[in-house]
Amino acid sequence: MIRRTLRWIVGHPTASVGALLCLVMVASAIGAPILSPADPLDQNIIDKLTPPGADYWLGTDDYGRDVLSRLLWGAQFSLLVSFLSVASAMLVGGTIGLVSGYVGGRTDVVIMQVMDVLLSFPSLILGLIIVALVGPAMSSLVFAIALTAVAPFARVARAPVLSLRNRAYVEAGRALGFSHARILFVHILPNMIAEVLVMATLWMADAVRTEAALSFLGLGIKPPAPSWGSMLRDGFENILDAPWLSIFPGIAILLLVLGLNMLGDGLRDATDPMIAGQ
Amino acid sequence: MILFVLRRLAASIPALVAVLTLVFVIVRIVPGDPAMAILGDQATPSAIAALHVRLGLDRPIWQQYLEFLHRSLSGDFGHSMVTGRSVLGEVAAVLPNTLDLALASVLVGVIIGVPAGVYAAVYRNRLIDFLIRMASLFGLSLPVFVSGIFFLLLFGLYWRIFPVVGDVNLSNPIDRLYKLVLPAATLGLVMAAYITRVTRAAMLNVLREDYVRTARAKGVPQRRVIWRHGLGNASLPIVTIVGLYVGILIGNSVLTEIVFSRPGLGRIIVGALNQRDYTMLQGLMVIYCFLIVVVNLITDLAYGWLDPRVREA
Repeated sequence: MIRRTLRWIVGHPTASVGALLCLVMVASAIGAPILSPADPLDQNIIDKLTPPGADYWLGTDDYGRDVLSRLLWGAQFSLLVSFLSVASAMLVGGTIGLVSGYVGGRTDVVIMQVMDVLLSFPSLILGLIIVALVGPAMSSLVFAIALTAVAPFARVARAPVLSLRNRAYVEAGRALGFSHARILFVHILPNMIAEVLVMATLWMADAVRTEAALSFLGLGIKPPAPSWGSMLRDGFENILDAPWLSIFPGIAILLLVLGLNMLGDGLRDATDPMIAGQ
Repeated sequence: MILFVLRRLAASIPALVAVLTLVFVIVRIVPGDPAMAILGDQATPSAIAALHVRLGLDRPIWQQYLEFLHRSLSGDFGHSMVTGRSVLGEVAAVLPNTLDLALASVLVGVIIGVPAGVYAAVYRNRLIDFLIRMASLFGLSLPVFVSGIFFLLLFGLYWRIFPVVGDVNLSNPIDRLYKLVLPAATLGLVMAAYITRVTRAAMLNVLREDYVRTARAKGVPQRRVIWRHGLGNASLPIVTIVGLYVGILIGNSVLTEIVFSRPGLGRIIVGALNQRDYTMLQGLMVIYCFLIVVVNLITDLAYGWLDPRVREA
């Protein structure tokens, strides 16, 4: 077992490094209450804008708050928002794609055209406007990011249905009088899980980036709660006096997005029989 | 070719109506009341009702929809609630800046991305391919507001090679170009990463084709096989996918403009957001729709220009 795992890791360096990066990020998010040296909201005005050093490893911000602790707690928020939004997009988009492909005909054409329209809209602009209309809250962030990811999931779930629905085993199920729901969810769904999960990983990367972008523009959660995007925004405002305030959140965002992209990319190469066979 | 252009033009009208419908639906299905969002929690019911009348939200939904479509298609994108000026006028004033940035970054992306993708495909699974793929993955993972800030710190504040503030003097071409360097590099790197990836995939498909083998068998030099037979045919999917990425380019250009404090569409959007300028936002969304449909049209036309078979089909 261990040997097999090791061999897989050596054979898939991209996915492994990505998985490691993601694990570290998830661990620091979950472990934030234990790992943080200070309360992320605790203000020490005397120590404000202290550069990184022995007392504050990554320095302090404008209010004298510990940057490292805020980064760790911010990881929780970033991961939670991206996970929730990708999960909802996967559920809604996946179901739309499954049903649309299974029903076929004109319904399918119309649904897919609507999805194409949604797909062509710049996701950040869509997110900006939705959050602006609803007001900044975690739920509106999740709604906005999820909406931008529904169409791609619908597309990826639909494609395999088109070929699977005419397979012998599906026809056999129909002949046995199975309900459409049973055929769809028991017999067709398991065949596309791998592909959908790979895509979910890649969209997580996108969701992290969109969340950070919205927070950077001031549309994230309300201060003083920490999120990487809003920390970057604060840092950007103090860029002349305290460059570390923008550097560390920037690196954190980059590492998480990179880790998710590497994992998703590596998994796609590993699961795609076309590439694996070559 | 003229017939082809006309057909595509006609086909883009339903697309436009569809995108506009999407805007209409999104603005309405979003939970919460825009009047409430504009006026804040403490607004009186009568103030909210008055704003509803002003925004036309008191009328039946189909009437709102038809009027929205009619106005949008006749080029009336509304007026700002705050300044009272027309949305189109505000956009037209800063559009040159945004176009400068978009074009320069696509150029940077093509100059870096196409050769990198071709080399990666030709030397597939070798070290250079691996390095190019990793670099492109890195570029895809680097959010522009992060890379922009890093560039600003390095080149603007540390080495002081490029200016930090980007207000552009349009009449002075040297100044215009000088201030474009950092933003275009920031946005261009993302484009380069996308284009590298797409080019590599497209080239891998093309290099497997029979006509490439035939060309090699005929003794056509390797260089010509790759760039003429290979890239020539791979350019179709590249153009299509680059066209599809325009949405991402637009979103990223907004962020880039904010980081480099360049006047442009990004600044207008963020300004409208901060002032809760609802009509301005809706107008901007409509303008983006037109932009998307036009870019899709250009992509289609480029397709027809590159491949005669598409024209005749």
